Amino acid sequence: MQIYLPIAEMPVSVLLILGMGAAVGFISGLFGIGGGFLMTPLLIFLGIPPAVAVATQSAQIVASSTTSVLNALRRNALDFKLGGVLVAGGFVGSALGVWFFAAARRAGQLDLVIVVSYVTLFTVVGSLMLKESVREFWTKRRGGVIRVKRQAGEHAPYLFWPLRTRFHRSKLYASIIPIVGFALFVGFVGALLGIGGGFIMVPALLYIFRVPTSVVVGTSQFQIVCTTLVSLILHAVANQAVDIVLAMLLIVGGVFGAQFGARAGRNLRAEVFRFLLAILLLAVGLRFALELIVTPNELFSIATQETRT
Amino acid sequence: MRLAVTCLALLACIATASAETLVTSLSNHRVLINSNYTGTSIALFGAIERDAQTISRGTGYEAVVTVRGPKQYLVVREKERLGPVWLNLEQQKFPNAPAYLSVLTSRPISEITSDQLRQRQKIGLKAIINAPDFTNDRQGADEPFRQALLRLRRQDGLYIEDDRAVTFLTPAIFRASIPLPATAPPGNYDVEVTLLADTVILTRSFTHFELVKTGFEQRVGEAARDSAWIYGLATAALALLFGWIANVIFRRD
Repeated sequence: MQIYLPIAEMPVSVLLILGMGAAVGFISGLFGIGGGFLMTPLLIFLGIPPAVAVATQSAQIVASSTTSVLNALRRNALDFKLGGVLVAGGFVGSALGVWFFAAARRAGQLDLVIVVSYVTLFTVVGSLMLKESVREFWTKRRGGVIRVKRQAGEHAPYLFWPLRTRFHRSKLYASIIPIVGFALFVGFVGALLGIGGGFIMVPALLYIFRVPTSVVVGTSQFQIVCTTLVSLILHAVANQAVDIVLAMLLIVGGVFGAQFGARAGRNLRAEVFRFLLAILLLAVGLRFALELIVTPNELFSIATQETRT
Repeated sequence: MRLAVTCLALLACIATASAETLVTSLSNHRVLINSNYTGTSIALFGAIERDAQTISRGTGYEAVVTVRGPKQYLVVREKERLGPVWLNLEQQKFPNAPAYLSVLTSRPISEITSDQLRQRQKIGLKAIINAPDFTNDRQGADEPFRQALLRLRRQDGLYIEDDRAVTFLTPAIFRASIPLPATAPPGNYDVEVTLLADTVILTRSFTHFELVKTGFEQRVGEAARDSAWIYGLATAALALLFGWIANVIFRRD
């Protein structure tokens, strides 16, 4: 069954889009990430114009993340105070990212900046997580004592910087400066790459700030909803690239997938969860690295700047 | 003086062209896109009329139908190896490339026209792509980009050369079927019919059709363009609503 997309100006298969929405929604619900870095390349692969793909999938992220936030809220697994600080820092970072995006485009090196950022971020974050979770597995197998988190004197020094604030839900008492600085970085990268940044947010909250796994997903999703809502509206106003029909299809598929993902996530042991997320990030990073290194089949590509009807 | 020469040239044109006249008609001047649109094809009918003074020609007539879609500003980029990585380095701009281009004939285009005629009159995909005004000339450096544009667009089914799409029903009446793939964008499409006999152009005829979105598709397109704020807020509200509904549906406790 085919349906014509009024903004992308092409027909797509309804079942295929629903299925893609469900698959990405599942992963999104499982790991508490937006899933934009998976959906955007899939949509572009189907032939949907890149601008429409980037803009429209943000609507799906809003919907599936809203569901996760409401779920987390009911289970009392959301730290609004921490989330609010992350959102505030994220907005400033986004503005900087948009500015840098325009500067890189003027210099004619936007493609390079984007691919290199993808490769660096995904391989670095993925490898760090993989190393951590392999060590965790190893310690357990040898019957060693698992390090108990949050022992006295174990906190990293940056948490003792000035402006210390208590985040009750996250069992965190830390300086606000590294948290805002980190949110700034996530917002910057997110705006530059057109992603929510959940995949950086989740491991950072887990490893750098030692927030409990149960709270991490809800709080990260809260930050994603806020940032993505703003970018969805800006995309609609500035580029008129949001396809409401495509958005609805992705959302319907996505909300179902996210439900099952969230449920599956609750049954996963924490170290398995981290191991799987590490593998996913590494795979995406390697894919972009291959794109950069392997000799392409087709050296030429066409970019449409403008259509005059 | 220049005006007089132009007038004379024009008169000469009319004098030679008046031997045969070409009457064409499209099956549809307004192609509508609705929600289950997956591409279509448009029929073109042509009749050749010969006035009493003109003697019948030894060889039969041939018709070349050229259809040009909305104009696009395209940039073709070429990846090159820089150290260990492949990067887009060179690029070529095509400020006036048609989004859709098809050349339909009844026989292979090389059999019914000469090389010079094709180049001079821009007949056939190759001649149109290689025309000097199609992109800026860079002493041969532009050549691979022209070829890449043609190759990629042909792969996408947007540039078509079909030597079996025109059928002569009688020696003076023909029919052509113009294929429109689903990815051909909405807009104005110009149709040019060139009548030839024995590799000489006898006359030309121009017509056009438009591809437009209707009903829901049209309203969505207009809303996205004319009231972008409301459209964006509505999409955001819908996304939030769907997220909430999903949460309510799947609530287990």
